[in-house]
Amino acid sequence: MSVALGAAVSPGRPWLNRRRSFREASAPVAVALVLAAVANLVTGLAGLLGFYLAFVIFFAATSLVFGLRHDKVKAIDKFATAFVVVGFATAFIPWVSILVTLAQKGWPAIYGGYFTNDMSVTGADDDLGMGGLSHAIMGTFLILLVASVIAIPLGILTAAYITEIRGRLSGFVRVMVQSMSGVPSVVAGLFIYATVVSRYQFSGVAGALALAILMLPTIARTAEEVLKLVPEEIRSASYALGASQMATTFRIILPSARSGLITASMLGIARVAGETAPLLLTSFYSAIFSRKLTGEPLASLPMYVFQNFTVGTEHALTRAWGGAFVLLSLILSLFILARFVGGRTNK
Amino acid sequence: METSQNKTSNPSLFTPGKMPAEMPIGTRSTSLDERMVNMSGLQTKGIHAWFGSHHVLEDISLDFPSNTVTGLIGPSGCGKSTFLRMLNRMHEFIPSASMAGEVFLDGEEIYAADVDVAAIRLQVGMVFQKPNPFPSMTIAENVLAGIKLANIKVKDKDSLLEECLTRAGLWKEVKDRLKLSGASLSGGQQQRLCIARALAVKPKVLLMDEPCSALDPGSTLKIEDTIHELSDTITVVIVTHNMQQAARVSDYCAFFLSDGHPGRIVEADRTDVVFTSPKDQRTADYVQGRFG
Repeated sequence: MSVALGAAVSPGRPWLNRRRSFREASAPVAVALVLAAVANLVTGLAGLLGFYLAFVIFFAATSLVFGLRHDKVKAIDKFATAFVVVGFATAFIPWVSILVTLAQKGWPAIYGGYFTNDMSVTGADDDLGMGGLSHAIMGTFLILLVASVIAIPLGILTAAYITEIRGRLSGFVRVMVQSMSGVPSVVAGLFIYATVVSRYQFSGVAGALALAILMLPTIARTAEEVLKLVPEEIRSASYALGASQMATTFRIILPSARSGLITASMLGIARVAGETAPLLLTSFYSAIFSRKLTGEPLASLPMYVFQNFTVGTEHALTRAWGGAFVLLSLILSLFILARFVGGRTNK
Repeated sequence: METSQNKTSNPSLFTPGKMPAEMPIGTRSTSLDERMVNMSGLQTKGIHAWFGSHHVLEDISLDFPSNTVTGLIGPSGCGKSTFLRMLNRMHEFIPSASMAGEVFLDGEEIYAADVDVAAIRLQVGMVFQKPNPFPSMTIAENVLAGIKLANIKVKDKDSLLEECLTRAGLWKEVKDRLKLSGASLSGGQQQRLCIARALAVKPKVLLMDEPCSALDPGSTLKIEDTIHELSDTITVVIVTHNMQQAARVSDYCAFFLSDGHPGRIVEADRTDVVFTSPKDQRTADYVQGRFG
């Protein structure tokens, strides 16, 4: 076999060339849209929901029919693909809807000073160009930080105890963790209220303790699943090198599961970032920017939303939507950050 | 075979002619106790193994003189790997496992009550069938993992790193990318990385459980060269299904067979004897590929 020397060779992706033409791909969609519109007018499938339902049915049907021009296997393939695509899109609807609604309704509340001012000199019903939620952002940040410092190491150690140490009590601990994940958040709040707040004061630390109770089972259970996925060979390799159980667990197993453990921690934080009920009973709310975790109530984003919502006037409601939008954006960026940090290993 | 000739001075049960063919299998080392005196290396005496109630190994007595390579051969399921894992106490990680018998490392019983398991495994290293570098570590960190995990103080880590990788036949290929993840290497390179990792803690014995079964011929050859070089300073015990490999790398060979019963040793002798003039017909059939 000879190859012409000097011939221009450029990298290509021949496996992508067989992409269906736009016409071929869009034909079933177009026909289904027309049929759905007709059905929408003449049958009981009225309204937006009816149109969508009709479209789903017709899209699957037209995919099947258009596929039959090739052969039976192809037709079934297209039929199934249609369902998967529509299902994927359907699953995205609530996700997008929440984001869009929050952005729409919350946007008027947001201006430059929204992130730098607190509500100490501004009333809930004052003009939207005044006040802000810097106090709530700082409070949420501090409470989540303290809760994470408590719950993340505890949760990962619990998971390590169950899966790696396999101590005598590991079965019992697993059951306890599972039952803890069923604790209603308000009960966690009440518990801290009874044990901490009733003796001292509403405070950020009390809020963090309540959230830590809720985070712990989520982190421990997710981390347990993650640690179970570490291949047995890795464990064997470590023990065969003369490593103790302690060294194997902390220097081999946990680092191997690093990105999974970060995900577990993020899930734990996301689980509690929007909790309102436990904070109502523990850190309560303050309109003033503060970094003090003890001795006084501490603001938080969910409580900011709740507070403005209970005031209920037009501007207060807009502020509540704005707070909800900021809260969601923060959690979302936290997730993206976690994926970035967690996914950086093992190039 | 040149290497085995050099080693005939070792006090060994493998000295040809000591084992009459009609002798019942499994009873050949009744005189082990006398021989144990002044014996370095690894000895086993009356080893049995069970998984639950399933008896998988029966009365295995073998010794592995210092600085020799011993091949364990036999059909699948005859207990070779189980036996190998009992030599550094990896057997006990299987919840249903139990055992009887004794294993001596330089005359010390490794299953004695007061023995530190980690110390045993430091002296008896292991290379597994599947390459298993630590995925969270770089190539350099993998090699030095053992000394780090066991908190061994080493002054010149760089030269240890180079020495181990050189001995494992990997230095030239990886010296410019020591900071890359161990998982970025090819299968054969990963296996040699695992050998380098096992060597870094300076074991007296290296156990190898079919180390080349997942590798291409080129990598296999490199690992066999490595084994040859190692046998100057280390006792190697290797399980292999590859007869040619056993013939190429080992000084001594033990043929295991279960045959519906618990696994036993049919024949153990110098490799050239096992391959050219075995005393048991089953051994002859196996090494010539008539079954198994």
